[in-house]
Amino acid sequence: MEYFDRQGHTITGIDNNMRLVGTPPLAKEPRVFMAMSISQSVPAQAPPLRIAPSRGLNIRLRELWAYRELLYFFIWRDIKIRYKQTVIGAAWAILQPFLTMLVFSLFFGKLAKLPSNGLPYPVFYYCALLPWSYFSGALQNATNVVVEQQRLITKIYFPRLVLPISAVLSGLVDFAIAFSILIALIAYYHITPGRAALLLPGFLLLAVLTALGFGLWLSALNAVYRDVRYVVPFLIQFWMFASPVAYSTALVPQRWRWIYGLNPMAGVIEGFRWALTGQGLAPGPLFAASAGGVVLLLVGGLFYYRAMEGTIADVV
Amino acid sequence: MNPAIRVEGLGKRFRIGQQQRYLTLRDRLAGILRAPARVLSRGANGTSHGRKEIWALREVSFEVQPGEVIGLIGRNGAGKTTLLKILSRVTQPSAGWAEICGSVGSLLEVGTGFHPELTGRENIYLNGAILGMGQREIRRKFDEIVAFAEVAEFLDTPLKHYSSGMQTRLAFAVAAHFEPQILMVDEVLAVGDLAFQKKCLGKMDEVARAGRTILFVSHQMNQIRRLCARVAWIDAGHLRMDGAAAEVVSAYESSMSRGNLGEALDRRTFGATARFLKWHFEGGAKGSNPYYLDSLGEVTVHFDLRVSTPVYHGHHGIALFNANRELIWGRATDGLRLQPGLHRISYTFPSLPLRPGAYFWQVSLWQDEEPIDQWDCLPEMIVATPNFQHPRDEWSGVLNVPSEMRLAELGELECAR
Repeated sequence: MEYFDRQGHTITGIDNNMRLVGTPPLAKEPRVFMAMSISQSVPAQAPPLRIAPSRGLNIRLRELWAYRELLYFFIWRDIKIRYKQTVIGAAWAILQPFLTMLVFSLFFGKLAKLPSNGLPYPVFYYCALLPWSYFSGALQNATNVVVEQQRLITKIYFPRLVLPISAVLSGLVDFAIAFSILIALIAYYHITPGRAALLLPGFLLLAVLTALGFGLWLSALNAVYRDVRYVVPFLIQFWMFASPVAYSTALVPQRWRWIYGLNPMAGVIEGFRWALTGQGLAPGPLFAASAGGVVLLLVGGLFYYRAMEGTIADVV
Repeated sequence: MNPAIRVEGLGKRFRIGQQQRYLTLRDRLAGILRAPARVLSRGANGTSHGRKEIWALREVSFEVQPGEVIGLIGRNGAGKTTLLKILSRVTQPSAGWAEICGSVGSLLEVGTGFHPELTGRENIYLNGAILGMGQREIRRKFDEIVAFAEVAEFLDTPLKHYSSGMQTRLAFAVAAHFEPQILMVDEVLAVGDLAFQKKCLGKMDEVARAGRTILFVSHQMNQIRRLCARVAWIDAGHLRMDGAAAEVVSAYESSMSRGNLGEALDRRTFGATARFLKWHFEGGAKGSNPYYLDSLGEVTVHFDLRVSTPVYHGHHGIALFNANRELIWGRATDGLRLQPGLHRISYTFPSLPLRPGAYFWQVSLWQDEEPIDQWDCLPEMIVATPNFQHPRDEWSGVLNVPSEMRLAELGELECAR
């Protein structure tokens, strides 16, 4: 057994004055521990990192890029734990929109006989429920993620932007799983998607950006005002009725269409139906306007979120 | 060479309202209803919401050179953790600035980001990523981490089935194998069982000897003494003292003991027969500071007193108390005869194997059961000797006995003898 004093001398004995006698410090003798660190050493004269009260606005996307691996791990964790300790596991990703589709087809379709652009009700509703359930889930997760991860936030540094981004992206896996049912449905009803189906990723991207744009604002607000978490479920419910999920856009009076069209999710959902089945309204100038609005909201959200970041650990 | 850490006038202000866990609009509304006048007048007096501001840290400046191991001590709430949080960028300063040269790893808590539903293996990767390790780096160190944590057979068991000791071991193992150039550690060695703690301390020693810069917060003064050459004492948000570990720790301990003792350190004199004047170690124990003990070798301590009227049946008592006013040692001598004048009472000890810290002598003089003078000697005695004790305060005991530990193989024959 060896003892070390704080200068790193090995204590081997005690002389007459009862003072410690030691061998020279061991530091020159590289251990495995040290040898390993050399390979990962940072250039010695990297510019110093400055820590000061923040001034001005800067999104610091380069830093976000440097933390992409953490983003990946957060998404990976979300996916890993989402269906832990459930019996049917990831089948829930399919069942949730599928069961809602059955309910909608029965009540809005068979009973209320709402028009469906001539599409079979299951296809008509599933086309809308797929992007909608992704969007509502992503928005809710992004809103709560800062509060849920407050322990992490108060103990360790990373760009806080990683949190809402991971919350929004991790829902895409459920989306992909549930998408397989959509393909099955389309095949079952012998619907052949046209070339417009290639635009699907674009519509999905708009849904992601919309969820992120709103999510950034809501999660930063939620960190300070916990009211937000109670408002969001209501907001999502209201939003669903303001989007063509349960009905067709054709039901909306012509003179309100322009307001309706500014809802980006209306564009996304209508776009999904149109791209897959060729039925319904093709995206027009209103769609472009709503997409532009989302981009503005997103950029504003990024700045707002970054401005909150410095003190978020104090208030959350 | 640039300093590893440079801190200049750093401050952190909290509004008391901000420290509240969270605000709801209802609270805000209730506040307005309760004190409408204050809300209305807040524009006038300038302070927002009329709230008080607290500086958790104020005007703190220091530099840490690469390779230095510096300890941060102070009472709870003095601002140590706030300083660490600012330097590790968890929160922003309100004033001043800091510059950091080199990669930073901070360990404000063991096991941050562990998820109970994930397996040990998965948590190692997740925790590593949160601490800032790349995936490749974790993969390279994976076996080492598992061996250090001693959890090899439970790697694929969800963390929630681990005992808390196992969780701690795993968490520390991941953190210990994280190798930034600057490591900031907050009180994390206070967890885990003894054997593991020893292992952790050994690892910290290793990190320190590998030339990394370490900023270490602990309430275990023995840990601080053992690991750090330099110590900064933070008191009520200010940097109160910054210097060699032994000096700062002793000053801190004696300040804490004064807090404990209140006004107890004093003198009771009866009449004008005699009076103790001063005390000191012989030769000033190395000449510099006569109240400072830094060797476990032979030591002589002197107590000087002035006698005004003769003492014929004198009785002298001496006692040594620690900072908590616990009696360490006492002795009495009877039948003293003292003529008027100056006298010196001396004690020689082959060694004073005391746990490092602050102590005080109490000397007294009596005549025929009647007290003459009793003095709690000021200043206190500071013991800053090489340490042979357990690293944890609660196991180190009151004595710091120089000892040598050996391990030898023993044959059956020798054992039987």
